[in-house]
Amino acid sequence: MDRAFVVIAVALTIIIAIPSFRVIAGPTLFDRLLGAGAIGTKTLVLICLVGVMYGRLDMFIDITVAYAILNFIGNLAIAKYFTNPKTEDREGAS
Amino acid sequence: MTVFQVVSLVLVSAGAFFLLVGSLGIVRLPDFYSRTHATGKSDTLGLMLALLGLAVHEGLGINSAKLLVAIVFVALTNPVGTHALTRAAYQSGLRPWFKGGPVPEDPTERNTEAEAGIDVPGEGER
Repeated sequence: MDRAFVVIAVALTIIIAIPSFRVIAGPTLFDRLLGAGAIGTKTLVLICLVGVMYGRLDMFIDITVAYAILNFIGNLAIAKYFTNPKTEDREGAS
Repeated sequence: MTVFQVVSLVLVSAGAFFLLVGSLGIVRLPDFYSRTHATGKSDTLGLMLALLGLAVHEGLGINSAKLLVAIVFVALTNPVGTHALTRAAYQSGLRPWFKGGPVPEDPTERNTEAEAGIDVPGEGER
């Protein structure tokens, strides 16, 4: 049973490695940000599976929730930073 | 193997499948706006299925309660983050991709992917 979770976790590392192609070779900036966000989202499942493997799922769930909050806040901050650069310029100039 | 272990294994495997679909969609889809579908919907569903499978594996207790909290949090915040990023891209002038050529209502503006950066020269957006 736990061996099946190990197999799924190894497959999940390969799945997580796939969007890094979009992070490296993305044509625009937002493609890179999207790939980074997708990697952060998939990492949550990997952290929980590592917790099942170690038998300390109660500790690793807290790490998962904190990681999800950090990912969400980071995404919102970056999106807010890149919203309306021209408007920001206009406000700064006037 | 009890029936709970079978159910949890099936749920975690289905979640891993949807995460794989999301990863392939991020690599294969032609545009930023279509790539957001992969990370906004498929990833959220895969994450919810995998965490639900782990909650079934843990049984009734404090661990499954915290996993349900994590499921609700992810289901609320992951589409919101994707939508915020898409809104930022739209407001900073990234043009969507149309099959076989430029944007229909503005055929003079070029629309290849390499030129559609965030500082597209344009006067009338928004």
